[in-house]
Amino acid sequence: MAKRILIADDEPNIVVSLEFLMQQTGYEVRTAPDGEQALRLISEFRPDLILLDIMLPLRNGFEVCQKVRENPDWQHTKIVMVSAKGREVEVTKGLALGADLYITKPFATRELLASVRQLLGE
Amino acid sequence: MSATAKFVVALAACALLIFLAAATLFAILFSGLADGESSLLREALVERAGALALVAVLMIAILGMLLHAFIRAYVTRPLQFAEETRLITTSNPAHRLAHVAPVEMSALAAAINSLAERCSVLQSDLDARVAEARSEVERERNVLAALMADLTESVIVCNAAGTILLYNERARRLFDATSSITGQAAGATEWLGLGRSVFGAIDREIIAHALEDLNYRMQEGRRYPISEFVTSSPGGRLLRARMTAIASPVNGEGGQRAVSAVVIVLDDIQREVHESAARERAVKSLNEATRASVASIRAAAEAVLQHPSMSQERQQQFIGVIHDETQKLSTRMQQLLSDKPAASDAEWPLTPVLARHLMHALQRALQARCAGPVLFDMPDEPIWLAVDSFVLIEALSHLVQQVTAAGHAGAVMIRLQKSASRARLELAWQGAPLTVDQAVALEHAAIRIPGQPEQLSLQQIAARHGGEFWYRRDEGDGRSAFNMLLSIAPGEETTTEPGPFAPSIPGRPVYYDFNLFHPANPSAAMDDRPLSDLTYTVFDTETTGLQPSRGDEIISIGAVRIVNGRLLAGEAFQQLINPRRAIDKASMEIHGLTPDMLADQPTIEAVLPRFHRYCGDTVLVAHNAAFDMRFLQLKEPATGVKFEQPLLDTLLLSAVVHPQQTDHSLEAIAQRLGLNIIGRHTALGDAFLTGEIFLKFIGLLGQQGIVTFREAQQAAQRTMYAKVQY
Repeated sequence: MAKRILIADDEPNIVVSLEFLMQQTGYEVRTAPDGEQALRLISEFRPDLILLDIMLPLRNGFEVCQKVRENPDWQHTKIVMVSAKGREVEVTKGLALGADLYITKPFATRELLASVRQLLGE
Repeated sequence: MSATAKFVVALAACALLIFLAAATLFAILFSGLADGESSLLREALVERAGALALVAVLMIAILGMLLHAFIRAYVTRPLQFAEETRLITTSNPAHRLAHVAPVEMSALAAAINSLAERCSVLQSDLDARVAEARSEVERERNVLAALMADLTESVIVCNAAGTILLYNERARRLFDATSSITGQAAGATEWLGLGRSVFGAIDREIIAHALEDLNYRMQEGRRYPISEFVTSSPGGRLLRARMTAIASPVNGEGGQRAVSAVVIVLDDIQREVHESAARERAVKSLNEATRASVASIRAAAEAVLQHPSMSQERQQQFIGVIHDETQKLSTRMQQLLSDKPAASDAEWPLTPVLARHLMHALQRALQARCAGPVLFDMPDEPIWLAVDSFVLIEALSHLVQQVTAAGHAGAVMIRLQKSASRARLELAWQGAPLTVDQAVALEHAAIRIPGQPEQLSLQQIAARHGGEFWYRRDEGDGRSAFNMLLSIAPGEETTTEPGPFAPSIPGRPVYYDFNLFHPANPSAAMDDRPLSDLTYTVFDTETTGLQPSRGDEIISIGAVRIVNGRLLAGEAFQQLINPRRAIDKASMEIHGLTPDMLADQPTIEAVLPRFHRYCGDTVLVAHNAAFDMRFLQLKEPATGVKFEQPLLDTLLLSAVVHPQQTDHSLEAIAQRLGLNIIGRHTALGDAFLTGEIFLKFIGLLGQQGIVTFREAQQAAQRTMYAKVQY
């Protein structure tokens, strides 16, 4: 069964490339332009991995991450934070909140893909 | 006419009067008598001539005595009173006139006495007022000095001639710095000190320029003219100086008020400038790199979009360009952003605070607000944080109250630890956790903080500190915690070295001398000035042995300054020196310095110029100065430093002051003078002792009539000790 990926980012220009990339690799992909939608989709779509931007409207990525980790049902969901917020303190916070990986924009798509594969146990 | 003369004249006059009266009486008698009767009378008189003569003499005698008494009471006595009154007014105000008969004189005496009494009371009243005023001034000066000493700004005050008359501890630390140029530790005392010229510490031209600037501002009518300039300290630190002038209270010629003193406030901006420059460079570089790359990308993208019919190959080429440039941009950004110092992330001016102090302050704040039980886990090591401590404490107190009020926590545990290059403050509790929504709400809740124009949330406060804030629940041990990442304060100074001679000199070091306000009379030759007016450098050396001409070397120099009759404990000079040779056993036993202790110390070539600068234009004083001076002279060719200052030797002066004594060693003299002997046999300790002895000698020499420098030198030369050569 294909693994499910949720991309939560409000910038269409990055979403288009990421969605394309993930689909080409064979994953089932859904996108969410804000934090609220992201949470809704998490409970409906039940992704195996979330590519989570931080600067989302309505609820930011940190909050979404916390909510995911708060819910015992979603413990297995991998969270990869992908953000333009690249300061050391932000990375520390992201990881402390329970993200499995924190990638700072800009990034090499090949590396992102490799990390996603690794986290999904492939 | 004197009293005696008056007496004699009066007596003579009376006698004459009586004689004339008698003669007249006889003449009358005789004229009224017949011839026979007159001759009978004459015979009778002649017979009784003796008795008559006796009576006459007796009468004169009695008359004389009466007259004498009269003269004594009414002529001599007033003269005596006059003398005694003069005595009261000139030498002995407590003297009083005795009450004597007659009554008139007694009344006069009483009147004079009561006048004297009145005068005496007025005088002591005046004395008391003067003493009170003087001690009031003294007290105010002390308060001013204490305030200056505790200012967190570096302050130097100098008079119109540039003589430093006040500075504070902070200023001293500013000038105490490792010179970035020579790489050596340099002491502030070489440039900064009471009685020294400020031009040794700050370039004369710059100050002159700033004074001119001040003058313009004052003429323009600005109320509080300040002149600013940037300069580097002799130690190589970049300083920003703000200078104001204090005008004299009296209008001089042309209605202008002359500058009587100058106040300079200094800031070390070395780090500030360095960081700000680095930041600017980073921004500029990023700006330029981005423009260049974006230009390439845009051009390539536009080419592809506007020419859809271009060949596949061509397209690939352009897309390659776009890819290439974006990679370059990525790399560039990565580089520049990781170079930025972490501390500059703060959005607000922060101050360095010791973590322990912050925790204690938080503890106190929480106690005052009767928050629930809060435990503190103090950090083991000293950690310096860059924080806005008031805002942080207010916000954290608020948070603790919120957490305990919601009934989530029994006890709250606050802990601070170092975490990589930051510090993490954790506010944890066991028990009921918060939901993410509750935690997020707390994070963004606006808190009213006194003194802040707007309400702030914990999130905003974390951002101000260049840090982050979050809530986390640990499933494993059921612990919930709020975390805040804070910055470590960069390069905070550690403690300064302890004062050079703390045990012996009580109280705070002296950093002011308002007697220096009025420039010393420049026309009087130094030789003729009184000893108490001059500035001295009292020094002592420790050496490898007792034979300077046979290759012994100096291993330690200690010195202290005397300005206006005061030993300045805060301006001492002290340096160990590497002699690059072995030390005599006998000497080692005295001073206890071994070659190992000296191996890391600078050499005499490095130290002597600094010592020379420290001595400046003062009179040198040492005990058995010939010995020390010989060492210094022998080093002239190697160091190029000549000590040509005038010299006084306390050994010779001791022979002048106590010629009958045989022991003129430092201990013996100190004992004679009742001085405390502590810490002997370090160069600085001996220098202090020599200084105290010298100050006492100035007084003792004065008693012998030796007041000026010239007189002291001449007296010293005459003693036999002056003949010893090394």
